[in-house]
Amino acid sequence: MANGNKTTLLDRFSNLDRRVIFLLIALAVIIPLIVNYTTYIPPSLIVQTLFDKVEDMPPGAKILISFDYGPSTVPENQPMANALVRHALEKGHRVYLMALWPTGARQSQQLIEEIIDVEYPDKVEGEDWIHLGYKAGNQGLINTLMSDVKAMYTTDIAGTAIDEFPMMDGINTLRDFDLILALGSGFPGTKEWVQFAGDPGNIPVGGGTTAVMAPLLFPYYPKQMVGLMGGLQGAAEYEAALIERYPQLSERSRIASTSMGPQVTAHLVIIAFIIVGNITFIFERRRSRKY
Amino acid sequence: MRNRTVITVLIAATFFLPKALWCQPPDSSVTEQVFVSPPSGLNAFDTPSDHAQSLSLEWELSPDDGGGADNVTWYRILRSESAEGEFTVIDEVPAGETEYTDRGITEGTSYYYGIVAVAPGGMSEMVGAGPAVAVQNWFSRDRANLMVIAIILVFAITYYIYLSTTGRELYIRKIAGLEAVNEAVGRATEMGRPILFVPGIQDMDNVQTVAGVAILGHIAQRTATYETQLEVPVSRSITMSVGRETVKQAYLEAGRPDLYNDDMVHYITDEQFGYVAAVDGIMVREKPAACFYLGAFFAESLILAETGNSIGAIQVAGTAMPTQLPFFVAACDYTLIGEELFAASAYLTEDKKMKGSLKGQDAGKAVAMLFVLLGVGLGTLAVITGSGAVQSAYDFILSFFSVN
Amino acid sequence: MKRTIPLVITFVVGLSLIIAMFIPHSPFHELDSQFSIFYDVIAVFAFILGGGNLLKVHFNKIQNKRRDWKYSLVTVSAFLLMLVAGLFKIGVPDGWTGDYQATGGLFKYLYDATFQPLQATMFSLLAFFVASASYRAFRAKTREATILLVAAFVILLRPTPLGYYLTFWLPEPLKFLHIPNLSTWILSVPNMAGQRAIMIGIALGIVSTSLRLILGIERSYLGSEGRG
Repeated sequence: MANGNKTTLLDRFSNLDRRVIFLLIALAVIIPLIVNYTTYIPPSLIVQTLFDKVEDMPPGAKILISFDYGPSTVPENQPMANALVRHALEKGHRVYLMALWPTGARQSQQLIEEIIDVEYPDKVEGEDWIHLGYKAGNQGLINTLMSDVKAMYTTDIAGTAIDEFPMMDGINTLRDFDLILALGSGFPGTKEWVQFAGDPGNIPVGGGTTAVMAPLLFPYYPKQMVGLMGGLQGAAEYEAALIERYPQLSERSRIASTSMGPQVTAHLVIIAFIIVGNITFIFERRRSRKY
Repeated sequence: MRNRTVITVLIAATFFLPKALWCQPPDSSVTEQVFVSPPSGLNAFDTPSDHAQSLSLEWELSPDDGGGADNVTWYRILRSESAEGEFTVIDEVPAGETEYTDRGITEGTSYYYGIVAVAPGGMSEMVGAGPAVAVQNWFSRDRANLMVIAIILVFAITYYIYLSTTGRELYIRKIAGLEAVNEAVGRATEMGRPILFVPGIQDMDNVQTVAGVAILGHIAQRTATYETQLEVPVSRSITMSVGRETVKQAYLEAGRPDLYNDDMVHYITDEQFGYVAAVDGIMVREKPAACFYLGAFFAESLILAETGNSIGAIQVAGTAMPTQLPFFVAACDYTLIGEELFAASAYLTEDKKMKGSLKGQDAGKAVAMLFVLLGVGLGTLAVITGSGAVQSAYDFILSFFSVN
Repeated sequence: MKRTIPLVITFVVGLSLIIAMFIPHSPFHELDSQFSIFYDVIAVFAFILGGGNLLKVHFNKIQNKRRDWKYSLVTVSAFLLMLVAGLFKIGVPDGWTGDYQATGGLFKYLYDATFQPLQATMFSLLAFFVASASYRAFRAKTREATILLVAAFVILLRPTPLGYYLTFWLPEPLKFLHIPNLSTWILSVPNMAGQRAIMIGIALGIVSTSLRLILGIERSYLGSEGRG
């Protein structure tokens, strides 16, 4: 409310144009990217236990990674996928890539082209990693895979018969995997893997999800989930654990850590807005009591 | 009869002959320099509560496993389809294990099993069991506890549904978001602006979408009565068909079928952000006076709510997605939290049976709260007192509510 | 009859799927996945209805040059372009036998150049809207709102250096108040308790709604057939 005809500073803040907020957020994200501001995020317990699970399994363990996200959440989920696959291949595990989302297959293909083909050319397709691709069915697919993997995946994504791959020997059901890592951002996703595979089949399930979905999955930790990466911060924590164990990855495995710079500054800007908003609210309340 | 007896004796004898005379593990080229005590009590049986997918083995540890010579490192599991046939190694399990599940079997086929304790430099004689046949079971004992819980809930809900039909008045508290529905429709009518209804972004196989469409019917009756424009952009084709039927029927019941148009409920796209971009565009261009977001939502919830806020619409939201509730609470005028969304159709129609089901739902919640208190109390007591009986009671409560 | 048959189908299918959960014997053990597959098949056919409706609505707008008809032109053009690019595998190196998503194909190019950035853009709006919603909504109006505000501050400060330096100096007995530790506690204890409580309520709501559907008490989904 204006004091006479004059607009006070209080009025300006009360009726702050949201475009001012948007502009400041934009600057908070752009400037750290330009100056390359990075920050170290130590792994939290929930991320560390996931890391330890992958690290402690003997080489040759069979890890299924499900890409259940699309392009919209690539900034959060793709760094998780990159870190997990790097970790698995450094340990000598066998990596099985699949997707419950049609867009997930595209993301797993991107991972193969950017990470596996470039950084691990010695890893052999069909022996060290395999791309199974997308199949429709959501949780129904998970149910079917619980009893027969090869009934659904008769070929890999390129159309090669599944039995031609040595690493598919002995893979009959989901129980034949040592670990399922579900990277999700909605439905179907990590929760469905826990509900339809991990819990009924007693299969270790871990993974990562967007920061918004992470609180929904905390109740499943630690009994039904071995660990969880929550959002970009979770990915950065996993990268920190990975670099500590494998220093040779320090140059390559940094995407989430460098992306945390803008997130940190954006958080600080939002905190500043909340403080300003509350100060404005307090003064407004005082003014309305006065009048 | 005599032949059968001879065969039986022979089969029984083969299980007790020393391994030098009978079956050797195929890779028995290891020179047996160290004596290892064999495990005992091997039992092979059909895994209960499954679809003939596996056979289970149980055994007692070798005396040299964790005791005696303490040199056992593995147990080797062998299988054959006949007692006299060649046994092949199917797996190895670490020392300390006393169970194994064999999933590489065929339904209806008899299998014979053997187990050997392996130590560095030697292995025990084989202990056998069989035959075991995997059959399909008629009842899943693992889920007996789920059945009990389901029966309790179904009984509670059907009891209160029955009670509601006897004329007894059942009290349901006021739900602000649902009281606001009529207010929102009235406001839109006064302002001469349309109403936007978004039934979530999931399909009709999601109960939240069903609940949302039920509320749509109620709102459509109001808009038909007040001649207010209604727009329902949907993200799934089946939801479009069901939504159309619902709105058409509502307009018919309100006596205004002339006002109904199929294009009131129209399909946008299955793609999440394409859908929300289109709905945002509708909001900014059409400037509805009231926006309803009732169904299953994901990340787009805040985008919808903030855009609605920017155009000054009154917003009523409801979802059973716990992660999206904070966004709706922050940005909308009224929010139906979780189960309030499912209560909406009963609340708005004032149907007695539906109200009865709400009370039954509350009874189920009371039972859940009782068990939570019981479990927490027993768990705390077990830690404080160290009593074995209390610990057992606590473990029983925990196992009762476990799926495995 | 028009009303009774759908209700009977709902009852029989609903009851069968519930019972099938407890019976591992054939054919019950895969009833759930089979019905899911049937539903997906129906949904795919229903997509033809949806796609047809989309084109009809927008063609109508274009034909009658209604307000903002140019946006409808963009919508229809984009729809048809992606459909044709994928269906006819335009530009795909192996032609008809290749994968429509293969590198070099028009579909992949459009996906990478337009669809991905558009999706990322829409999702990025959340960052801006979170800020504006926080500014507007996070006010200490009541005691509960103040507690929420403090919890929000702790969670927001966790990944920041400020969050570390504000409390790293705390002595050992008060280490649980160190912001990273406090943040973890908030997410693991009160947040988890609240999430679990909401999930239990939602689960009961789903049971009740599903029972109403199976018993035919809730008939709104039937539309006109649901009324006598």
